Amino acid sequence: MIEPTRGLSALQLGDLWEYRELLYFLVWRDVKVRYKQTVLGALWAILQPFLTMVVFTLLFNRIARISSADLPYPLFSYAGLLVWTFFSQSLSQSSGSLVGSANLIKKVYFPRLVIPASAVLAALVDFVVAAPMVAVLMAYYGVAPNPALVALPVFLLLAMAAALGAGLWLAALNVEYRDVRYAIPFVVQLWLFLTPVIYPADTVIGWLEHKGLPGWLVALNPMTGVVEGFRWALFGAPENPWPLTLVSAVITGILLVTGSLYFHSMERSFADIA
Amino acid sequence: MADVVIRAEGLSKHYRLGRGPKYKNLRESLTGLARHPLRYLRRPTLEMIWALSDVSFSVGRGEVVGVIGHNGAGKSTLLKILSRITEPTAGRAEVTGRVGSLLEVGTGFHSELTGRENIYLNGAILGMRRAEIARKFDEIVAFAEIERFLDTQVKHYSSGMYLRLAFAVAAHMDPEIMLVDEVLAVGDAAFQKKCLGKMEQVAAAGRTVLFVSHNMASIVSLCGRAIRLGSGKLVDDGPAQEVVQRYLQSVATQEIVNLADRRDREGDGSVRMTGVRIESLDRDSVIRPTSRLRVSLDYCSDKPLVYAKFLVGVYDLGGKGAFLLDSEATGGLPETLPPVGTVVCETEPINLTPGRCFLNLAVIKGAGMADYVQSACYLDVEPDDVFGTGKLPTRSWMLCIVRHSWHLQPSDVNGGSAPAGGHPGQAEAR
Repeated sequence: MIEPTRGLSALQLGDLWEYRELLYFLVWRDVKVRYKQTVLGALWAILQPFLTMVVFTLLFNRIARISSADLPYPLFSYAGLLVWTFFSQSLSQSSGSLVGSANLIKKVYFPRLVIPASAVLAALVDFVVAAPMVAVLMAYYGVAPNPALVALPVFLLLAMAAALGAGLWLAALNVEYRDVRYAIPFVVQLWLFLTPVIYPADTVIGWLEHKGLPGWLVALNPMTGVVEGFRWALFGAPENPWPLTLVSAVITGILLVTGSLYFHSMERSFADIA
Repeated sequence: MADVVIRAEGLSKHYRLGRGPKYKNLRESLTGLARHPLRYLRRPTLEMIWALSDVSFSVGRGEVVGVIGHNGAGKSTLLKILSRITEPTAGRAEVTGRVGSLLEVGTGFHSELTGRENIYLNGAILGMRRAEIARKFDEIVAFAEIERFLDTQVKHYSSGMYLRLAFAVAAHMDPEIMLVDEVLAVGDAAFQKKCLGKMEQVAAAGRTVLFVSHNMASIVSLCGRAIRLGSGKLVDDGPAQEVVQRYLQSVATQEIVNLADRRDREGDGSVRMTGVRIESLDRDSVIRPTSRLRVSLDYCSDKPLVYAKFLVGVYDLGGKGAFLLDSEATGGLPETLPPVGTVVCETEPINLTPGRCFLNLAVIKGAGMADYVQSACYLDVEPDDVFGTGKLPTRSWMLCIVRHSWHLQPSDVNGGSAPAGGHPGQAEAR
């Protein structure tokens, strides 16, 4: 049945399941192609957060004296960077994904959601490659893992949802407004500074409360709850990330739902204007 | 038609012109909104182009239907709507069964991946299951004839190998309804033949096929029925042979009127052919099977033409090529031509049986197509008593007619290897 869709009809999540094999192959392609003809290959996935961590440690810890919640700063920042890198990769890849796949969109039918979703999943592979480095650093600094580790996937899922939510918005916008392509690197860069990767969220909460504002405002950035929760699951510090995580999760939920709706409302015209 | 698998009712699709499908930019939109807030509320007054308007038809299970029409008649839009790539603006279509659409071969091929990897990727994109691809894998590889290069990156393939592989994957989709757009128009003759063979198999297997092509010969040979679109409307529907015949007749009669007004042309537009005249060099200017022709082509451009090549292709009503007049092959035109002018081609006897032929015209500048008009005009070859016996092969039987002579080989042994007597240009019976 083919007819003009009006308004926001169902999101066709069933269709997405139907096309799971395509999703799998697109992820597989992205992963396979990403490090072709590179010397270091998948090592890049570790090098990026690792070298950034080294620079951050020098600049922000040794020189600017930013505290790191009683953790060795390299460990503190690597954990943050690990999940941040996943988020920023997912976001920038998924934002450009529709335009990058214009030739597919114009010639074959499949639920368009598959494309940004595959970009996010492909970034997950890099995350998996870079993750064991945390264990190495923990062993080196003698930080023992704690039982909260089981909650780690929750925060990872939250990061995926946030990346997909923002990615859906930007991918759909990018089809019509190519400005998005230029805005993304900039947005990602600023977003990093607004997220407690370099500094602990406590610093900002303290500042907010000093100004007479509620501390949870910091979690309006969905990545705040993710990064804080991620560190909590790994190191048990900060002590209680849940209030922040909850606020961030609500924002993420809103982002994801509105993103899906907008994406779906634009989906019908992708083939005409991509 | 008891078992209808495609039912289209009033399908329409329009595209906006002017503001266009091109890049938009946020700033322009915002300033536009600020300056003319009302204009945004009156959107539909923008110039629209109806790629399809009110097209209704239905296709029964197992029917093989050809879709014909000029470039821009809406054929591809129709297939895109039926394969759900784009949505209709109005109307609806019901499609029952698994649809495989083949609007292009090799969609989603990745040049960095190997042949093997691309088979899986492309298969998945075309909607095949992994198990299904695995099952057909050997067949696909054999069809594409790329066994030795299976683990070579596709970017190292020759274009022929690439096409063969791409088509092989597509040909092994197993849909109930297949939508095919002009994909057979690629590759060399042997490959095309193979593709057509595969298409015949698909059609014979009782699959429903919607097949867009400009090749009238393959439409007639593959399809039982054809529909014709013209300017987005359904203008003809019936047995393929008849629809094709009527189509070619109509192109021939209407288009000779004014070449300059033809909209459905291809090429970058740097040169435009504005007129074409065909004259017989016979004294009474009747075109006969043995006439020599003079074809005059008017063209215009804003700059002098450097290394331009003019092509005139002559085809019978079934779309089979009879001969090509190629200014590059013969030479004779100066390297630089004035911006506006007329080039003239004179031929030897055309040797065509009586009947109608149509002409495709093209100007190629350097590597690029500058202007290309299909079915720009026609020529009618009048019957003539070529052999002086009143006997003549007909068009339905043969396309060419060649003067020739017969004689009995003398029984003398020594004369056995002597060339046949008589001059080729001279019919002996005269």
